[in-house]
Amino acid sequence: MTFEITPMETPSRPRPHLINVPAPERESGAPADQPAEQPVAKAEIKDLRFYYRDYEALKGINLALHDKRVTAFIGPSGCGKSTLLRILNRIYQLYPDQRATGQVLVDGQDILDPKQDLNLLRARIGMVFQKPTPFPMSIYDNIAFGIRLYQRLGPRELDERVEEALRRAALWDEVKDKLRESGLSLSGGQQQRLCIARAIAVKPEILLLDEPASALDPISTQRIEELISELKSDYCIAIVTHNMQQAARSSDYTAFMYLGQLIEFNTTEAIFTHPKERQTEDYITGRFG
Amino acid sequence: MDAMLYRRRAATNYLILSLSFAATGAGLLVLFLIMWSLLRNGIPALGFDFFTQNTPPPDRSGGLLNAIYGSLVMTAVATAVGTPVGILCGTFLAEFSRSSKLAMTVRFINDILLSAPSIVIGLFVYEVMVVPMGHFSGWAGSMALAILVVPVVVRTSENMLSLVPASLREAAFALGAPQWKVVVLVVYRAAMQGMLTGVLLAVARIAGETAPLLFTALNNQFWSSNMNGPMGNLPVVIFQFALSPYADWQRLAWGGALLITLAILSLNIIARFLANWSSFEK
Repeated sequence: MTFEITPMETPSRPRPHLINVPAPERESGAPADQPAEQPVAKAEIKDLRFYYRDYEALKGINLALHDKRVTAFIGPSGCGKSTLLRILNRIYQLYPDQRATGQVLVDGQDILDPKQDLNLLRARIGMVFQKPTPFPMSIYDNIAFGIRLYQRLGPRELDERVEEALRRAALWDEVKDKLRESGLSLSGGQQQRLCIARAIAVKPEILLLDEPASALDPISTQRIEELISELKSDYCIAIVTHNMQQAARSSDYTAFMYLGQLIEFNTTEAIFTHPKERQTEDYITGRFG
Repeated sequence: MDAMLYRRRAATNYLILSLSFAATGAGLLVLFLIMWSLLRNGIPALGFDFFTQNTPPPDRSGGLLNAIYGSLVMTAVATAVGTPVGILCGTFLAEFSRSSKLAMTVRFINDILLSAPSIVIGLFVYEVMVVPMGHFSGWAGSMALAILVVPVVVRTSENMLSLVPASLREAAFALGAPQWKVVVLVVYRAAMQGMLTGVLLAVARIAGETAPLLFTALNNQFWSSNMNGPMGNLPVVIFQFALSPYADWQRLAWGGALLITLAILSLNIIARFLANWSSFEK
């Protein structure tokens, strides 16, 4: 089995910056003198199973996504991490052969409930995909598309919202003079930031990032990672990544998945410095076969 | 041994290559001969009168104005009727019901319609429109042509919509867009040029159709803008004039044939240009 990982040092020689990362509980910008604020669970996943036709791709997942924290999902290809993400906004339901059982409680409400309105759910839970997916329209309209779906705004307010989203996605300075040009004219990294801007423009509560940087060059990747730590102050973020350093650098919690099961879930620091499970250790050290 | 094997392979290669060139040359030669005879015989007919006079009685000078007008109007009406039906049906097949029984059936029937002889469609419209109305008409001609437009547009728009990557649809759905907005605002835009190409190809297909008009619009040697009566049109005029013994009529038939060919050629070139442009932008 092959997956795109770069070998890392073994946990016995932890990376310096990992040691220096403060515990995630204190990292969220809460004043240091206050007692560590317990993160709030935004989404609780309970005994989640997923099927492609008869094939069980997820075999009973239990974990919680915390608000204003980044949770990274790592694991070899086919372990179900993308599948898990695609359940959270029920995008899987575009395909008739796929189904999920169990519970996903967002703010205590089960979003797998068949009565759940899918469009409203997806407006609350934004998603950015592996490959940049700019719509074939202007940069401005790409951002305005989602806003217009659920809000009636005047032209000035809409302009402001578009600018705000582009600024937060660190794209504004590069595109402010060509908002009317096609979104397809941007570079790959810019396109991906455009997609992130588009996702946050509708002010979702949870942001799902499915390998958002895997198709990008190192510089663009770095910008996306900076962006993630920026956005963390407002959103509950779940990110799927093949890149272990990326998980280590940008997340507060890490979930290691293997063959449809959640092997280990803990703070990123704990996972990368003293994993409890042998499989986790093998994987993050690159010894995994 | 190896040298022999190599020589045999080289010889086979040479033979197949020669055959391919010969086949290509034969195709091009036929095309060239057609174009050449059209240009040689047709250009002398094209003049001011050709575009400003109606079809003349035998041995008088005249033009094809009424036929050109009739062809333009009927083609336009047929396109206006057939395109929305075709695009909606293509949308149903590509976006809403890709693999249902109904979709399979519709696709199958559409393929039959696509290859149906156009004279059969002319006869059909004759039965359902011309006979009940009691007379030939431009409307009937337009309907026959529209029936030819539909399957072409269904096929091309379904294909073009299917080429739009699923990730684009997912991205739009992920923002909370309802399906009709995903289709109309995102997928249509992505497939726009391809679908337009399909419509142009459909227009090119019907512009030169003779058979479906014989039973429906018939022809009219006088100026007529009345869609409720027989209407002049280029293909049928060419058919009648080319078979006539009068030199003037034959000359006009050549001119009409050249005109139609040039129109279809330019439609195809535009369609090709559009198709390339869209793939370039992607």
